[in-house]
Amino acid sequence: MNVLGKIIALGALTAMAACTNNDPSGLGGFGNGANGANGAFASGSPSDPRSPAYFQQTIGDRVLFSVDQSTLTAQAQTVLEGQAQWLLANPDYVATIEGHADEQGTREYNLALGARRANAAREYLISRGVAGNRLTTVSYGKERPIEICSTEDCYSKNRRAVTVLTGSTLG
Amino acid sequence: MIRFVTSLLLGLTILAAPVYAQSGPLRLELDQGIIEPLPFAVPNFVPDGPAAAQYANDITRVVAADLTGTGLFREISADAFISRVSSFDSPVQFADWKAINAEALVTGAVNVSGNRLTVRFRVWDVFSGQELGNGLQFAGTTEGWRRMAHKVSDQVYSRITGEGSYFDSRVAFVSESGPKDQRLKRLAIMDYDGANVQYLTDSSAIVLAPRFSPTGDRLLYTSYETGQPRIYVLDVDRVRRTALNTQDGTMSFSPRFSPDGRSIVYSLIQGGNTDLWRMDLASGQSTRLTNTPAIETAPSYSPDGSQIVFESDRSGTPQLYIMPANGGEATRISFGQGRYGTPVWSPRGDLIAFTKQNKGRFHIGVMRTDGSEERLLTSSFLDEGPTWSPNGRVIMFTRETQGASGRATLYSVDISGRNLRPVRTPDGGSDPSWGPLQN
Repeated sequence: MNVLGKIIALGALTAMAACTNNDPSGLGGFGNGANGANGAFASGSPSDPRSPAYFQQTIGDRVLFSVDQSTLTAQAQTVLEGQAQWLLANPDYVATIEGHADEQGTREYNLALGARRANAAREYLISRGVAGNRLTTVSYGKERPIEICSTEDCYSKNRRAVTVLTGSTLG
Repeated sequence: MIRFVTSLLLGLTILAAPVYAQSGPLRLELDQGIIEPLPFAVPNFVPDGPAAAQYANDITRVVAADLTGTGLFREISADAFISRVSSFDSPVQFADWKAINAEALVTGAVNVSGNRLTVRFRVWDVFSGQELGNGLQFAGTTEGWRRMAHKVSDQVYSRITGEGSYFDSRVAFVSESGPKDQRLKRLAIMDYDGANVQYLTDSSAIVLAPRFSPTGDRLLYTSYETGQPRIYVLDVDRVRRTALNTQDGTMSFSPRFSPDGRSIVYSLIQGGNTDLWRMDLASGQSTRLTNTPAIETAPSYSPDGSQIVFESDRSGTPQLYIMPANGGEATRISFGQGRYGTPVWSPRGDLIAFTKQNKGRFHIGVMRTDGSEERLLTSSFLDEGPTWSPNGRVIMFTRETQGASGRATLYSVDISGRNLRPVRTPDGGSDPSWGPLQN
């Protein structure tokens, strides 16, 4: 709750800063770990409800999980509800849901766990009416942490499923 | 490709050995619990001319490093030597080596002619004054000098311990650079001691967990080059890779060869659920081995190919299980505190190495195949992914340090839990797979 609030606020700030710097990504590298594996790029203006930037920052593109868990918290369900509504209103977009784990755990187990998390988010979106063929999943296990300290504060942000939009109208 | 010709040395130095009362030949019994390393001397191998001098020196140093690196042997410094060995064929002055408490002596000679290199060596039991085994000669090209040195070490190790060795072997691993959130990973291969690193992929896609084929000719690994984790098989000599035909639209990972090299066992993710499958490599046909809502991953065959040990969280936490190689009922073997993962069957068949996570620490451990006699060999913030040396005596694994500047390094440890040491690589290293002894 606090965590997510901070991310969004920080995102809005960097987005504003980026505008003045004429950063072509419009997001100043907000919230992305590396190599486009964390929903790095979201085009449009965060104030335009039809833009991916709005989806990423205002609705929230990610949900977080407890240690070893892939069940959706009430808060995660609220975020996914918003994602579902957006996807239903913007049918030209498809999404890849990236599942991630923190570094506590073996590489293999975390890859499987990330897949469970991504699938839990996907199933929820489908239950809210989004067509399954618009939603693919990929697991990065512990390969792409977004926070790199080794404390629970960072770990909690790394245990995530991120919905990354792509679509013919992107851009 | 480096090839060697091995020949027995005949008609050299077969002098009547001095007769000492002895209870038996020099033998280091590894299963008796080695506390005191065996002292040995390896005087510089004798070069037959100026062209051979550097090779002779380098080969001698690699032999000494191989032996001392085991933690089972201790090199006696050349400063202590009484005898000088200036000719390979001169009689050995055993009294001079006994006086400095050398129990084993390795003598050698190096001949270089053009790009042809020949190494001859003998191993001596100093206290009985007898040769251990017969002198041997390895002939090859000068570029293969390191492998020839390792072959000498393998002979010395086996003759003194009576066991198989592991020096002329290679390790495949993932070379890592950059911070944790932007880590670049490349598939790499090197000699067991970290020398001769070669890169097999670039860093454009995440690569994970290479696994050697039983003969060392191929590597299985997982790559994200299509955007999804998928299994590839790579021909090591040609550095040519092929995607394995698992199922479209699915993620596959954690592959491992069967002992006959003809099939693989791997994890396939469908609908968020991870199960184990086997693929026949010739036909490309896959068969399901497990069918549960739990995570099943990290499979490893028994050396006879009849069973598979793997990791599953069907009990609620990740634990180790053994099932028949064709699937069927699995038996849980891990019952200690904590979580268990990445089991690997030892080449001797008697032990299973694993990763254990308990109370915020990670360990590499071994247990018998029925789960008894669990022993933890290491402890750190994050140790994982054991692989066995070809003789089942040493385990290599990944150790990752904590925090923002955390870095992955390869380590090795003796199965006694002694001799923990880093394996030096140019960048960080993870996910080692120890290949077989080379021919």
